Amino acid sequence: MSRQSNRTTDSKKMNSELFTLTYGALVTQLCKDYENDEEVNKQLDKMGYNIGVRLIEDFLARSTIGRCQDFRETADVIAKVAFKMYLGITPSVTNWSPAGDEFSLILENNPLADFVELPDNHNTLIYSNLLSGVLRGALEMVQMAVDVKFVQDTLRGDNVTEIRMKFIKRIEENLPAGEE
Amino acid sequence: MTVHNFYMFDRNGNCLFYNEWNRKKQAGISKEEEFKLMYGMLFSIRSFVSKMAPLDMKDGFLSFQTSKYRLHYYETPSGLKLVLNTDLSVSNARETLQHIYSNLYVELIVKNPSCSSTQTLDSELFSSRLDSFIRSLPFYSPRAA
Repeated sequence: MSRQSNRTTDSKKMNSELFTLTYGALVTQLCKDYENDEEVNKQLDKMGYNIGVRLIEDFLARSTIGRCQDFRETADVIAKVAFKMYLGITPSVTNWSPAGDEFSLILENNPLADFVELPDNHNTLIYSNLLSGVLRGALEMVQMAVDVKFVQDTLRGDNVTEIRMKFIKRIEENLPAGEE
Repeated sequence: MTVHNFYMFDRNGNCLFYNEWNRKKQAGISKEEEFKLMYGMLFSIRSFVSKMAPLDMKDGFLSFQTSKYRLHYYETPSGLKLVLNTDLSVSNARETLQHIYSNLYVELIVKNPSCSSTQTLDSELFSSRLDSFIRSLPFYSPRAA
């Protein structure tokens, strides 16, 4: 398996500030549209999911990475290839559960939250929850049901930003029901 | 040297796209039935190949040939399946299929938010680009066939 992202199409590099600020505008608008943070978190996750199911195709086409053999390999690819490609950062992979079905991504600096200070009345808002949805949606497309959630967030006063990933099950491919 | 036809299936077995260029013999059944038959065979070959393989495989099923044509198969980790039938002189169409996936499908369908890739693709742009790409292939020359 090649770890190199030999890109077939030139990725159009763009200023990440534009992305960060656009995301900020999106979250701000959602906070206005919905009464409570829970609902905003849910919407962000849903949007992320819809992005993830498409993004995975772009990722596979660009990285020429094959199917992962186990969850550890998946973790590596997410942290070292995917996060690098789309956000320009490489989170560290830690806190493996003994069974090897759970791990954490530690984000030293979260590009989505570059210029953000959460006001006190939004202490349950998971600002970067879009990422959870993206990860869940993308992995679902490669037959992995995964639970993704932010367990720590620097925006809420934690020391690091930590995304916890839990492998639930392999989604089996079925032959569509035929008439015969 | 020629290209006969091309199928694209999603992970659920829906035929997303079909086109033919130089197909002299039709199946004699409806296209829907043909797609189902094709998908069923691919599905069976995949599981056959993976059960019969004496070693762990990386890519799995790649192609088969008969006395008259060769079927090239490419599957992405996301379960998209691309099938290209050519004559026997084309030994390997893997790069061609990869190109269709990454430069045509991903660029024109996945990145187009108004195209949902759950049923038949109806993108004018995709079909015309695919058509001209196939026609520009070095091994596309129906006259020599």
